[in-house]
Amino acid sequence: MNRTFSMRRDRLLTYQTMRERKITSVRRVKCPDCGAESAGLEWERSFQVCPKCGFHSTIGAYYRLSAILDPGSFQELEEKLEPADPLAFPGYPAKLAGMEEETGLRDAAVSALGRIENRRAVFVVLDSRFLMGSMGTAVGEKVTRAAELAGKRKLPLIIFSASGGARMQEGIFSLMQMAKTAAAIQRFQDRGGLYISCLTHPTTGGVTASFASLGDIMLAEPGALIGFAGPRVIEQTIKEQLPEGFQRAEYLLDHGFLDQIVSRSQWREVLARLLALHEEGGRP
Amino acid sequence: MSRYTPEEKVKLARHPERPGTADFIEALFTDFFEQRGDRLCREDGSILGGIARFHGRPVTVIGHRKGKNLEENLTCNFGMPGPEGYRKAQRLMRQAAKFGRPIITFVDTPGAYPGREAEERGQGEAIAQCLALMSALTVPVIAVITGEGGSGGALALAVANRVLMLEHAVYSILSPEGFASILWKDSSRAGEACSVMKLTAQDLRRSGIVQGVLREPEGGAHTDWEAAFRTVDAALVKELAALDKMKGPALARQRYDMFRAMGQGLLPAGKEEP
Repeated sequence: MNRTFSMRRDRLLTYQTMRERKITSVRRVKCPDCGAESAGLEWERSFQVCPKCGFHSTIGAYYRLSAILDPGSFQELEEKLEPADPLAFPGYPAKLAGMEEETGLRDAAVSALGRIENRRAVFVVLDSRFLMGSMGTAVGEKVTRAAELAGKRKLPLIIFSASGGARMQEGIFSLMQMAKTAAAIQRFQDRGGLYISCLTHPTTGGVTASFASLGDIMLAEPGALIGFAGPRVIEQTIKEQLPEGFQRAEYLLDHGFLDQIVSRSQWREVLARLLALHEEGGRP
Repeated sequence: MSRYTPEEKVKLARHPERPGTADFIEALFTDFFEQRGDRLCREDGSILGGIARFHGRPVTVIGHRKGKNLEENLTCNFGMPGPEGYRKAQRLMRQAAKFGRPIITFVDTPGAYPGREAEERGQGEAIAQCLALMSALTVPVIAVITGEGGSGGALALAVANRVLMLEHAVYSILSPEGFASILWKDSSRAGEACSVMKLTAQDLRRSGIVQGVLREPEGGAHTDWEAAFRTVDAALVKELAALDKMKGPALARQRYDMFRAMGQGLLPAGKEEP
């Protein structure tokens, strides 16, 4: 690959990553889970995982990509795709503008072409900081186009989900994204494509009930909340307390819905192995 | 057609005397052979399905069932399926494809059940698999939304070549109560939610989410079941005849393209090729 190009991509990803990080150069970080304080540098080294208790804190989409892709391989897709407001929902455009200002993202998903240990794949990463990573028309379209591109280029598809579900402000159009993305994934898989679904905290609602649950390989980060209905709704419905660890990644693993749990620092290695395992015989 | 407000339509759609899936099956089909169970775990009464004859021809028919009295409501869990119900539906649809039978679904649910066991057995996965499976079926699929089309639990039976809606049925991302509670943290604003959600058959026809609106008798389907049955029957005959002209792969393609296009026209940016 052209070296200037790859350096430009590097800079772009670094720039985007820095833009979304709020705690750069913080010297000590307090874990929101266990409360222990550790050096900022240690958090940095573990990709924002608490060095004391292993709590996986929220990270943005670009940061996620910078942590798993080979340097210089990041090539963003559909950068210009913007959300729509099909219901002319009161206050929604202002809300979107505010989110863009806060996160630097146009909507809750980033898609990219990239490499892991020199193996190419199409990536989509949902960002829970943008309206809870909810799926409206733009997010659904990004996922769908990523699956289509992966099919066309005969590349594996890797999606990191983090979402509260379908986006309320776009109403029924958000609901239809569930059918659209599930259909695109099905078509991609029917033609031999490999889809690795990586669930991160939280993955719920219409995202769980569509593309996120359809991976050939299902992986999740430790402690991630994964489910269809949220725990509060369930407790209100059944009027009893839910057991400890309910809907957490470990619970799902026990109930047969995941292949493995992968901690944040292992993603590169695990994904590289899986890509390699699908190179022979099957097709990447 | 719009003598009722969206809020009134929600009430009509939920009317306890409104004909449900079991009534439509009894009236429109003959020789109904019910198929029970998901072959994995248990039987889920909130989804009713089986083989039946529609104008003499074998079809697979599947729908949400709410039940007509308290006892039935309880066996049907008020029309809120668990993963077992969706997996039973998948099983029936696979069989329909195998034997080349068209599939007709009746949609009437407040939503999939938010329960502990439903989650433990993969409610999300079961719905996702329904969507994926339906999107690629090579037999004609027609969905009729007869009452409440609530959320992913409704969509799981509605990835069809034609989605039809009774005039006063509603179809939405979530119940208006849930919508108000999520967006405004106040479920008592459900009435307001009804009007912003664009959940009526007329709204949805206009935005291309459904392909046909079926006229209800004066006052709503519950006032004259026979009239409602006649309308639905005629619509099914017509749509099925149109779909019969298409071959299997063309049916799958038409369905895919239809859902693929939903919401796409709203987005400003065109497709980029890297």
